Amino acid sequence: MKKLLIPALLSALILGCSSTPVPDENAGAPVESRSGVTPVTAGGLDARGLPRELSDPKSVLSQRSIYFDLDKYDVKDEYRDLVAAHAKYLVSHRDFKILIQGNTDERGSREYNLSLGQKRSDAVKRSLVVLGAKEDQVESVSLGEEKPKNPGHDELAWSENRRADILYRAPDGRGEF
Amino acid sequence: MPQIVRKILLSLALLAVTVANAQLSIEITGAGANRIPVAIANFAGDAAAAQIITTTVRADLERSGLFKMVDPGNTPLDENTQVFLGDWKARGADALAAGSLVRGADGRMEARFRLYDTQKQVALGGAVFVTGSTQLRAAGHRIADYIYEKLTGERGVFSTRIAYVIKSGNQFLLQIADADGQGAATALSSAEPIISPVWSPDGSKLAYVSFEKKKPVIYIHSLASGQRHVVANFKGSNSAPAWAPDGKRLAVVLSKDGNSQIYAVNADGTGLQRLSQSAGIDTEPRYSPDGGTIYFTSDRGGSPQIYRMGANGGDAQRVTFDGSYNVSPRPSPDGKTLAFIARRDGRFQLSVMDLASRQVQVLTDSQKDESPSFAPNSRMILFATEIGGRGVLSAVSSDGRIKQRLSIAGGDVREPAWGPFIQ
Repeated sequence: MKKLLIPALLSALILGCSSTPVPDENAGAPVESRSGVTPVTAGGLDARGLPRELSDPKSVLSQRSIYFDLDKYDVKDEYRDLVAAHAKYLVSHRDFKILIQGNTDERGSREYNLSLGQKRSDAVKRSLVVLGAKEDQVESVSLGEEKPKNPGHDELAWSENRRADILYRAPDGRGEF
Repeated sequence: MPQIVRKILLSLALLAVTVANAQLSIEITGAGANRIPVAIANFAGDAAAAQIITTTVRADLERSGLFKMVDPGNTPLDENTQVFLGDWKARGADALAAGSLVRGADGRMEARFRLYDTQKQVALGGAVFVTGSTQLRAAGHRIADYIYEKLTGERGVFSTRIAYVIKSGNQFLLQIADADGQGAATALSSAEPIISPVWSPDGSKLAYVSFEKKKPVIYIHSLASGQRHVVANFKGSNSAPAWAPDGKRLAVVLSKDGNSQIYAVNADGTGLQRLSQSAGIDTEPRYSPDGGTIYFTSDRGGSPQIYRMGANGGDAQRVTFDGSYNVSPRPSPDGKTLAFIARRDGRFQLSVMDLASRQVQVLTDSQKDESPSFAPNSRMILFATEIGGRGVLSAVSSDGRIKQRLSIAGGDVREPAWGPFIQ
């Protein structure tokens, strides 16, 4: 976009007379060059195939979501088997990595919720590391309130959105990241 | 407090446009108690072009909530016509602006005007703006800024720009528009969320958090070129960027060492330095306008509250004490006020604290306010809220009297950021 506006001159205070001509505009200099906006599209990442055991609905490894109570950040007992299964997979597949995305419901500040979601993914990571997964196999991050599983605005929706999700990446680059 | 409800629909094509081209429409829902009556005569010269200038100046001044338009009649009045200020005073106008739009030899347009005080019977000044025929509204904003400053004593913000995020279906658009919501342009479109845009102090760049890599990563984006680079993509989450007033460094929030903590980093991503040291969450940093202090949100005391610390870290002092949820601190550009979001009875409401007296005032009665952003002259606060389940932007004066609403057809608007004064 071209330069859009060049105010040439601001007149001095003109007193009294209402018919004084506006001062000479040639005396001024450009004081503004406002830039336009060039549009950009973000690339994103492709999700590609993983070993079947990770997505087989009969395998516990296909279960990737851990839900949390309101204002709670600890992994509940009912997810012990799920977490243990993923830890076991990471122990026996040292070249696989996972990303844990923590999430919150929509209430409150987006940035504060991002930090609360991080507490949830960190809790899952700690459980996995205790069970033998290596630190560098597991990255815990947060999506805050930005990626609700249920877009509703009630208790049911909020309970589905307070969760951590596990995504896998295989050593050859295939994966869900 | 008088609530003057007045609707000005600035975008006539609102119903027929796609979201990518959609304009924000502005509704004025409250105005100041003592508005200055002004007459803006029709600009003389090329009728169609002059009309754009006249309309823009009037709409800007009216939208500010500080002025009341006095009907000047339909006769154009240029800056050299002799005017009888007593007549304008009798019509109820405290001030009169008259001007013209002239096409120069090189095809550019010259917008000239003069502003009169009808009470003191003097001309207050005038100016000439040279502009292209496609930028007439920009010239109108400059004229409105001039009139606003002469009559109120503070700088106008009609020439500034705002940034915000639109969510439409599964698309996220980071848009830039003029302060009146017109001229929207998309800086970034993404299938993943974009949050926390903040303007560089010179207004040429935005820093923001994008989730396009399945995790929050901080970018800096040059608006004119569309070039962008990663500022922080450490292991874990990278979020809540805030520019230092010198434009060279940013405060950011990283989880790479455990809990969310505040760091400073150069705009090119080098020179990382940890600033906060707590066992809890420290986030939402914002520099004071002098650059010496960082306000931030922390749950170190058990509930999220606002604290302050030196720009290089060190001991923190608690700033908010009422209630169990005070977040999103934003110091005003004049350093006098802190805007933030307070939860009261389950409702999230925009509040302001006078930093000298520590007096707190709640400015809205809404349910879900978030992400406040001051105008560069500190008079208005732009924020996101929800009406009828839809995200809209609202603006309110720091005294709570003047209110505006900016919404878009068929989309959620959120994450507003008011840009700096145009240099």
